Amino acid sequence: MKWETVIGLEIHAQLATRSKIFSGSATAYGAEPNTQASLVDLGYPGVLPVLNAEVVRMAVRFGLATGCTIAPRSVFARKNYFYPDLPKGYQISQYELPVVHGGYLEIDLADGGRKRVGITRAHLEEDAGKSLHEDFHGMTGIDLNRAGTPLLEIVSEPDLRSPDEAVAYMRRIHQLVRWLGICDGNMQEGSFRCDANISIRRHGETRLGTRTELKNLNSFRFIERAIRHEVERQIELVEDGGTVVQETRLYDPERDVTRPMRSKEEANDYRYFPDPDLLPVVIEPATVEAIRASLPELPAARRERFVRDYGLPDYDAGVLTASRELAEYYEAAAGAVPPPAAKLVANWVMGELTAALNRDGLDIGSSRVDAPALAGLVARIHDDTISGKIAKEVFEAMWAGEGDADGIIEARGLKQITDAGALEAIVAEVIAAHPGQVAEYRDGKHKLMGFFVGQVMKRTQGKANPGQVNALIKAALE
Amino acid sequence: MTTLHADTLAGLAARLARGECSSVELTRHFLARIAAHDDGLNAFISVLETRALAQAEAADRCRARGEAGPLTGLPIAHKDIFCARDTRTTCGSRMLESFVAPYDAAVVARLDAAGVVTLGKTNMDEFAMGSSNETSYFGPVRNPWDPSRVPGGSSGGSAAAVAAGLAPAATGTDTGGSIRQPAALTGLTGLKPTYGRVSRWGMVAFASSLDQAGTLTRSAEDAALLLSAMAGADARDSTSVEAEVPDYRAALETPPERLRIGVPRNFFDDGLEEAVAVTVREALAEFERQGAELVEVDLPNLPLSVPTYYVVAPAEASSNLSRFDGVRFGHRCEDPQDLLDLYERSRGEGFGAEVKRRIMTGTYVLSAGYYDAYYLKAQQVRQLITADFARAFEAVDLLMGPTTPTPAFELGAKTADPVQMYLNDIYTIGVNLAGLPGISIPCGEVTGLPVGLQIVAPHFGEPALLAAAHRYQQATDWHLRMPSAYA
Repeated sequence: MKWETVIGLEIHAQLATRSKIFSGSATAYGAEPNTQASLVDLGYPGVLPVLNAEVVRMAVRFGLATGCTIAPRSVFARKNYFYPDLPKGYQISQYELPVVHGGYLEIDLADGGRKRVGITRAHLEEDAGKSLHEDFHGMTGIDLNRAGTPLLEIVSEPDLRSPDEAVAYMRRIHQLVRWLGICDGNMQEGSFRCDANISIRRHGETRLGTRTELKNLNSFRFIERAIRHEVERQIELVEDGGTVVQETRLYDPERDVTRPMRSKEEANDYRYFPDPDLLPVVIEPATVEAIRASLPELPAARRERFVRDYGLPDYDAGVLTASRELAEYYEAAAGAVPPPAAKLVANWVMGELTAALNRDGLDIGSSRVDAPALAGLVARIHDDTISGKIAKEVFEAMWAGEGDADGIIEARGLKQITDAGALEAIVAEVIAAHPGQVAEYRDGKHKLMGFFVGQVMKRTQGKANPGQVNALIKAALE
Repeated sequence: MTTLHADTLAGLAARLARGECSSVELTRHFLARIAAHDDGLNAFISVLETRALAQAEAADRCRARGEAGPLTGLPIAHKDIFCARDTRTTCGSRMLESFVAPYDAAVVARLDAAGVVTLGKTNMDEFAMGSSNETSYFGPVRNPWDPSRVPGGSSGGSAAAVAAGLAPAATGTDTGGSIRQPAALTGLTGLKPTYGRVSRWGMVAFASSLDQAGTLTRSAEDAALLLSAMAGADARDSTSVEAEVPDYRAALETPPERLRIGVPRNFFDDGLEEAVAVTVREALAEFERQGAELVEVDLPNLPLSVPTYYVVAPAEASSNLSRFDGVRFGHRCEDPQDLLDLYERSRGEGFGAEVKRRIMTGTYVLSAGYYDAYYLKAQQVRQLITADFARAFEAVDLLMGPTTPTPAFELGAKTADPVQMYLNDIYTIGVNLAGLPGISIPCGEVTGLPVGLQIVAPHFGEPALLAAAHRYQQATDWHLRMPSAYA
């Protein structure tokens, strides 16, 4: 492969405030069109914007979590262009002086390594409304509910070298903004979406190639596919002797192609200038420190601590810190079992619990088995009261609401048979009943051990301790 | 005794308080004045008779209950740039010819709450862009002192209405001189407060960093009365300032003992008509007689204020006026073929020539490749002009000079040459760029036309500004003169 792919992402995270960035209107999703648009959102003559202070605190949280510099003074600017769903004819955004800049985030690479991706800046801005082209018989409907919704636009350095890296980075940002409680991350509702700037260059080349911008990628799957297609298109174009034109392109997920939206020549001159209706945003050092003190333990730190404190493999720690809720769940359960069982808890959370949640379409916060209950189950495996196999049955009963692990084990009589005398008798019965297999085993067909264990388990309805059974059979046969 | 329409707001307030007349009687008197005289002046775009009488009746009931405040029942007019709920707010433009505001501007709401009666909405230059009131879609306003002359602008309707006794006072807005210049040209007291003193909420924006609401009245005392009700921080306007609102009327009685008055040398440069210079110098001599000390000061960057203003103001205007796109409110062209057609014809038909000129100028100075040379440079010069004023105020309490280079000029005299028109605001514009409070008070006449003296104070220096103006008006009677045709 002689081509190197260069990708930078602009991620738009909708900030989870209850009211809009410059008006008191609600931001709830899915309301009847134009029922959440005030005179300010509609851009009426004479109205003025007033900054929602909460969005600044959220931006600072993000900045601190990514090692950004928090601007002591940042400025809102007007980005001027005409569009029917842009009520004022300009979008209030930040241009020369964004609220935070110069940070980074680490991503995991496919080869197990890590990579630091630079974050150029993150700035605050208002969202536009929505144009509705269907159901209006040749006309366009405008829904301004979304107009004025607060966005944090997170701009990366062109540090990403493959579609997979781009997706990994976007997932990391997604994890972080939800972890910080500043964005709900709902991609279907458009709360989290991105534009990708893509170019190619020959390996070893240090200058950037001409880039194209892919707009409005709103699922991890589309991002990966759209970028892959665009990279292939550019390579094919250049190898056929063509040149890449700087333009904005749209990805069509149905036909799986990208196509041009507008070229550089048609691009708007946005005529940015500081918005005279808003004062510069001044953030005092004391405010920054107070926000820093209120930050939760961040995903990367928690992941490292899970490895250190619970002896988990890095992979497990990564999975269990995918969301703050999951990490909290794991930690609550792992803290309630003897330390050596912490890895067992991890297996259960990542295995049975996740499978059950997925099956029922639930998130961890609404799990039918809470962390203390799961810990109760794992503790019974750990102390040999039940086997892992029986535990799955107990878990299903717990999931169905039949009570806690101890109660179910008791009620169903699932307690493991650990009485050596009783087991010895059963082993003796099994050996007596299968003389042919005994002879084969003694001739060296040791694979038959599984058969004998199975027979014992059958007679004990699975309640025998497999390790103990193994040892007893071995002793009896040899 | 003075006739009702020649009296000041303070005088009318005293009559109401003494029970000599009711608010309904006052209101009817002024409505009748409007009906009789406005055809010749064109000062009003809308007369709100029903609303005014209802407000007057309410004011009289309020007074009967013993709950009247200093402004209860006093009729005024609002410049048609202020939104007033359920009334047409045109901003002098075809674009908003039939726009009915769904809410009240802060200025309107505060004065309503103080019990004021709104007689109507006054004519103005389109979107407040003009110095002669000739850019109004609703036709030019005539100067009551000489109907062949302009009343100044952009608050020309408010100025003509008060000067002719069709309203005892009116609100205005001042972006580059739009209160002070028409006040000077019609013999009124025109106050532009400190930027941020009065909320801009509900005032249709022209140039947001310069726009400020104020008053056109017969006296400084009347200005103090109205400002007391209008001033104060507003959570809906981030640029309004949280400074305490002093008792402006009480401040009238406590002028500084030994006033140091700065007289900027370049206010008396070649552009100033000699007869106006003489009149203004005579007014300054009056202050000297009252014990003030005159000090010549330099504002070296002031000559740059007109070009600076004509970069900053159009830049902001070009963006502020983008919302008038025919989509949600305002003029929409007939039968648009597509989106571009909707924009081009709605805006092409809705805006007049001067507004288009400024939108184009503003768009140009903000464009990629020109921003640094024009907009950024203008902002830098604006800082220098602000610093010039700050330096001057280290040595003096107030600055004084002419408000305009000439008295009222004839209709059509400057419409062909925008630059000549813009130069009319040469003495007033710097005050907006620096965000300072300024007032124009009548100080004499030249060939039967009023001449204005401009007084400028440091930020939030309205008390000293009003006190100086009031003291001058105690010693002179220029402010009480009315054009004979309307006396």
